Amino acid sequence: MTDTSNPTGRVASASEPAGRVASASERIETSAPGLDTGAARPTRPASAFTSLDALEAEAIHIIREVVAEFERPVLLFSGGKDSVVVLHLATKAFWPGRVPFPVLHVDTGHNFPEVLAFRDETVARLGIRLEVASVQDYLDDGRLQERADGTRNPLQTQPLLDAIAAGKHDAVFGGARRDEDKARAKERIISLRDEFGQWDPRNQRPELWSLYNGRHTVGQHVRAFPISNWTELDVWSYIEREQIPLPPLYFAHERDVYERDGMWLAVSDVSRPRAGEQVERRTVRYRTVGDLSCTGAVLSDAASLSEIVTEVAASSLTERGATRADDRLSEAAMEDRKKDGYF
Amino acid sequence: MSTLFRFATAGSVDDGKSTLVGRLLHDSKAILADQLESVARTSAERGFGGEPGAIDFALLTDGLRAEREQGITIDVAYRYFSTGRRSFILADCPGHVQYTRNMVTGAATADAVVVLVDVRKGVLEQTRRHLAVVQLLRVPHVIVAVNKIDLVGYDAAVFQQVAADVAALARDLGLPDAHVVPVSALAGDNIVDRSANTPWYDGPSLLELLEALPSIDELETDLEALRLPVQLVIRPQGALAPDLLEQGAETADDYRDYRAFAGRIESGTVRVGDSVQVFPAGVTTTVTRIDRGPVAVDEASAPLSVSLSLADDVDAARGAVIAAAGSLSEPRRELDAAVFQLDPRPLTPGSRVLVKHGTSTVQALVADIRGRLDLDTLATTPAGALEANDIGLVGLKLSANLAVEPYAAHRRAGAFLVIHPHDGATLAAGIVTEGVPA
Repeated sequence: MTDTSNPTGRVASASEPAGRVASASERIETSAPGLDTGAARPTRPASAFTSLDALEAEAIHIIREVVAEFERPVLLFSGGKDSVVVLHLATKAFWPGRVPFPVLHVDTGHNFPEVLAFRDETVARLGIRLEVASVQDYLDDGRLQERADGTRNPLQTQPLLDAIAAGKHDAVFGGARRDEDKARAKERIISLRDEFGQWDPRNQRPELWSLYNGRHTVGQHVRAFPISNWTELDVWSYIEREQIPLPPLYFAHERDVYERDGMWLAVSDVSRPRAGEQVERRTVRYRTVGDLSCTGAVLSDAASLSEIVTEVAASSLTERGATRADDRLSEAAMEDRKKDGYF
Repeated sequence: MSTLFRFATAGSVDDGKSTLVGRLLHDSKAILADQLESVARTSAERGFGGEPGAIDFALLTDGLRAEREQGITIDVAYRYFSTGRRSFILADCPGHVQYTRNMVTGAATADAVVVLVDVRKGVLEQTRRHLAVVQLLRVPHVIVAVNKIDLVGYDAAVFQQVAADVAALARDLGLPDAHVVPVSALAGDNIVDRSANTPWYDGPSLLELLEALPSIDELETDLEALRLPVQLVIRPQGALAPDLLEQGAETADDYRDYRAFAGRIESGTVRVGDSVQVFPAGVTTTVTRIDRGPVAVDEASAPLSVSLSLADDVDAARGAVIAAAGSLSEPRRELDAAVFQLDPRPLTPGSRVLVKHGTSTVQALVADIRGRLDLDTLATTPAGALEANDIGLVGLKLSANLAVEPYAAHRRAGAFLVIHPHDGATLAAGIVTEGVPA
C-alpha cells in the first residue's frame, strides 16, 4: 500500500546510519514524490480490515467490559439509529446468548408512532425487558411542568435519573457519539456521574489505552458510550453492512410538513403550524429521531440504505444542525443539559 | 473501504495548534456548513482579528463553556474526519496546562503524534518533553509540523535548521520514525496539498503523511504472538438468543453446551487448531472454534473482538489471558514500571493502590519510588514522592499474579492503570519497564 523506496519526508531514525538521519536536506534534493512510511517492518494489507471492523471491535470490547464489571447495566433505547446500533453490537458481543441487560426508554410522550412500534417489535424479537420512564406521568402528577416552547427534550432528565435509581442501574449505555457536539467531543467513553447524575467536565478521569476505569461509590453510576468514536457516516455504513432493521421514518416517505426556522416539522397532535406557516406534502426523511415536536425532517429521496449512505456522505450540514431545534438554544446547550444529568 | 488511523496533536501555547487542527478539518471538508456558520458568528461577536470573515478555528475544538470563556483548552477533545483512504480519530491535546496528563491520554492509543513547532522559535524545551513522552509511550510515528513558515518568508534555510535540530533530538531520544513538514496552518501551506510557496520542499503534505503511515494494527501485530485477555465467559445455557431458538430444537441443542472465552485480540492471530496456553494457570489446550458474533471464522487477528472455544474444560474466568503456547513468561507478583502521575495527590512509597491491567484488577503496594525522570536531560533524579505530571520509576508489589510484559514488547500487554482503592480515581498510568534497558 505504500512506497518504501523513497526516503522523502523522513528525517530521523535512531536505528539507521548517520547519513540517513541527517536527511532534512537530503529530502529537499529528492525530486520524486512519494512517501517513506517508516515501515521497515512488514505490514498487513490495508484491505485486511476496515475502519468499521476496528470500530465494531472497540465497541464490543467496551460493551463486554461494562457487563463484566457492573452489576446492573441498562441501555438507553429510543428506537433511534444510534441506540439500535448499540443494541445490535450487544447481540454480537454475547452471541449465542441473549443480550444480558434490559433497555430503558425515556418516553417524552411526543413519539413518532412508527418508532414506538419499532421499539416494541425489537425488544420482543430479542427477548429483552423494556423499562419505560414516562415524561407524561411526571407532567400529569405535577412533578414536571410543560415548557413554554413545548419541547420535552430537556424534561427527560428527571424521569431518566429516577428510572436509573429505581432500577439500581450502575451503568447506563448510550448511543452518543463525540462527533455530535462540542461538549460530547470531550466526554469519556466511560463517564462518571455523581449522586445527582451530574457530569463534571473539568474533573474527568483520564482514559488511556483500552483500560476503562469504571470504579464508583454508592449512588454514583457511569454512562457508557460504546460508539463514541463513530461518525454519523460510520453508523449508516455499518447499518448498511449489517442490514440492521430501522424505523421506517429514516427512509424517504411522503409527509405533511411545515417549515420553521429552516427545518421541516411534521404535522401531528403535538406539532401544528402557526399562523403563516404553510403545510405542504413533501418527500422527507429523518436523520435523527427525537421529540416529535422539535425534530425536523430533511427533504430527501433516499429510500434505501445505500442511498442514505450516499446522501449523508455528501451532506453539508451536521445531523443536529439540520434537525434539532433544542440544540440551537445556545452554544453550550448540550453541555448544560449534560451537566444536569442528560444523556 | 477506508482504514482507521488515530493521531494526537501537541504543541506549546501559541504554536498555532488549534489553527492547525481547524485547518485540517476545514480543508478536508470535515467541518459542515452549520458548524462553520456558528463558529464564524462567534468569531465576529468576539471581534476575532484579521480580515473580515476570518475564523477563529480554536472555537471548533474548545467545546466547553469554560474553555471558550477563558480562551484556553482544558481537556483532550476528539475530532473525526475522513478522506477516501482513511477515517481519522484526532485527539487534540492542550499543551500548556497539565501537558503530561493530556499528552499521555492522547498519545496512549495514537498511531502517530503531530508535534507543532513555531519555525521562529525552533525546538523548545517543551518540544523535547513532548517528544520524550511520545518515545516513552512508543507511538509508532512522529510528525513535527514546523508552523508559521509564512512568517519567515518561506525561507528554506530557516526550516532546514529546525529540521536538523529535530533530527538530532529524535536521534538523542531514540525515536524510531520522525517526519518534519514545513507548514503554515493559517495560510494552509502543506496541510492538505503541497504548497507552491515551498518549492524547496519535496516531501508530502501533512495529510498525505497521515494517509500513508501504517497504523499500529497494520504494523506487525498480526505477526506477534497471540494475546487475548478474557473479558467474560459466554455460557448461555437456557438463555439462548431468540433467533437461535426459533431455528428449532436441534439448533438450540447445538448451543446448549456452548462455552467460549470472550475478549479482544490484543496482538497476533489465532486460528482454529492453534495450541494456546491459558494464564494464570498455564494450562495448554487447543482452539476449537472462533466466533465473531454469529459468524464462525477460521482465524482472527488483532484488534478484533471474538469468542474462543477451547478443547479442554479449562478453569478460567475474567482476568485470564489466552496466549500462543510457550510465548508468555511466568506471571509476576512484582514489577518495575514507569508511571505518569495524573492525580494531584502525590504517590508515595507504601501507598496501597489498585492496579488494572488487561481485564484484571488487583491490589498493589508501591514498594519504592526509584526516582523522577527529568524530561529535559532524560536523567533520573531521586524523588521521595511523585507529584502530578511527574514521570517516575517505581517498584510495585501485587496481591496476585499478573501476566504482564514489558511495554516495549507489547504496548497493550505492558500498560496498566493505578487506581485509588477508595474513591476510584485514576492516580497514574503505568508502563512495565522490566527487561528493557533504561
